[in-house]
Amino acid sequence: MIVNQNTIKDLASKQMRIDGRALTEYRKPILVETNISWTAEGSARVQVGETVVMAGVKLSLEKPYNDTPDEGGIMINAELTPLSSAEYESGPPGIKAIELSRVTDRGIREAKAIDMKKLCVEPGEKAWFVIIDIVTINDAGNLFDVAGLATLAALKSARFPVVDTETGAIDYKKKTDQPLPLTKEPLPVTVYKINGNLVIDPTVEEEQVYEARLTVATDDKGTISAMQKGGTESLSIDEISMMIDLAQEKATFLRGELDKQLQ
Amino acid sequence: MKVALRKVWTRSWVVNKMTYSKRLDERKNDELRPMDAKAGVIPNADGSAYFRAGKTTAYVAVYGPRELFPKFKQDPKKGLLRCHYAMMPFSGSGERIRPGTSRRAQEISMVMEQALLPVIDLSEFPNSVVDVFVQLPQTDAGTRCAAISAAAIALADAGIPMKDMISSVAVGQVDGTIVADLSYGEESYPAVVSDIPVAMTHNTKQITLLQMDGEISKEDLVKALDAAKSATEKVYDVQMKALKSKFSVENKK
Repeated sequence: MIVNQNTIKDLASKQMRIDGRALTEYRKPILVETNISWTAEGSARVQVGETVVMAGVKLSLEKPYNDTPDEGGIMINAELTPLSSAEYESGPPGIKAIELSRVTDRGIREAKAIDMKKLCVEPGEKAWFVIIDIVTINDAGNLFDVAGLATLAALKSARFPVVDTETGAIDYKKKTDQPLPLTKEPLPVTVYKINGNLVIDPTVEEEQVYEARLTVATDDKGTISAMQKGGTESLSIDEISMMIDLAQEKATFLRGELDKQLQ
Repeated sequence: MKVALRKVWTRSWVVNKMTYSKRLDERKNDELRPMDAKAGVIPNADGSAYFRAGKTTAYVAVYGPRELFPKFKQDPKKGLLRCHYAMMPFSGSGERIRPGTSRRAQEISMVMEQALLPVIDLSEFPNSVVDVFVQLPQTDAGTRCAAISAAAIALADAGIPMKDMISSVAVGQVDGTIVADLSYGEESYPAVVSDIPVAMTHNTKQITLLQMDGEISKEDLVKALDAAKSATEKVYDVQMKALKSKFSVENKK
């Protein structure tokens, strides 16, 4: 759909949007489905409106890093597949995919959402490493929030695989009932500024006209664990304060949806 | 892991006295794994499909016909078909697969193109390209067949001119028994095994994909290919059901 960019801006100043939503309203449906891949230790498919993202968790036993010999590790990787939009091409990840994976990574890592010490099996020798892959299926906007939701759902659904006590080899075909040591559940919410107004959950068209955006990852207590400002224009401290309030409110809403659907 | 599985096999093997009379997952010899298909699952794409065979699932998106870049690759006589096969990093039954293309993925992409091209007419789209993107969230066996069957649905969904439908499934021989749609357990069964992925046109029963690994006699191969006719028919029924449920007039109401 080609929309006059001024139309989006004009509507925003009247507190309106092209699809009829309120400025701070998520699209419907919000669907969370876990265990969508038997080969992953944890996995989820999340849909918000027409945006669909899958996330999968793989666990492996590696030698810990030298500076943290008693800790495991995490890595988050995102692929903006050419399957999900005509805008994306095959090949190594571009800057958009890199930003998505790094912002999602910081939200989890800096909140210390996974107890890294509990991932250690043998100090200096062996620890669990958690690798999360985010794969887009249909990009209809707001990948930050949808990817964050998919990542958390996949982490919550993950179960350790069986390890042979003699050889130490992992049997990826068998899972234990042991979940990951999750201590917090951070979720990113991105607030966009369009024509001076704060907007949540933009479509692809709306993503083309914003002045600035702020992604804020918060846990269930409202503690902020990561932020990322994007866009070509500036934000005032007052605006940032309002954006954080909105992000915390919406993170609570998303967490509610997640808990409801994972029961 | 291999050792543990082998124990199980050896036991059933002894009971069966060296013949494969009962399949590991208790299917009949000509029975395929449970299948599911859906057309139009990716709104951004010009055509798309989801296809499941047992624990293998494939998503396919078709984009095009669209202008082909770089320009020197353009054909002024007809459009080009490009397939891009990819497993999601968490879709393998062992360790994580590193993202990015592999030699295996490149070969499968090529044979996919050749499996689909015989029924596709791109003569009306000079200088353009039709891109077929495959992503597999989970795999067991038969990923290229699932990808081809899904791609055929997605191409039809995109309205690309097609002379016939393409349906794909593996056939093969496990310890002397001809079976359809081999599972991973059968592909790696500790006896003489052959795995033959086949794609077939529906109306003319022409073979557009044929690969094989393992061992088989010529007589058994001909038998297996004959079995592929009815096996691909079953895939065809699932494909057509998916397309009809998207396009039939009754469902529009």
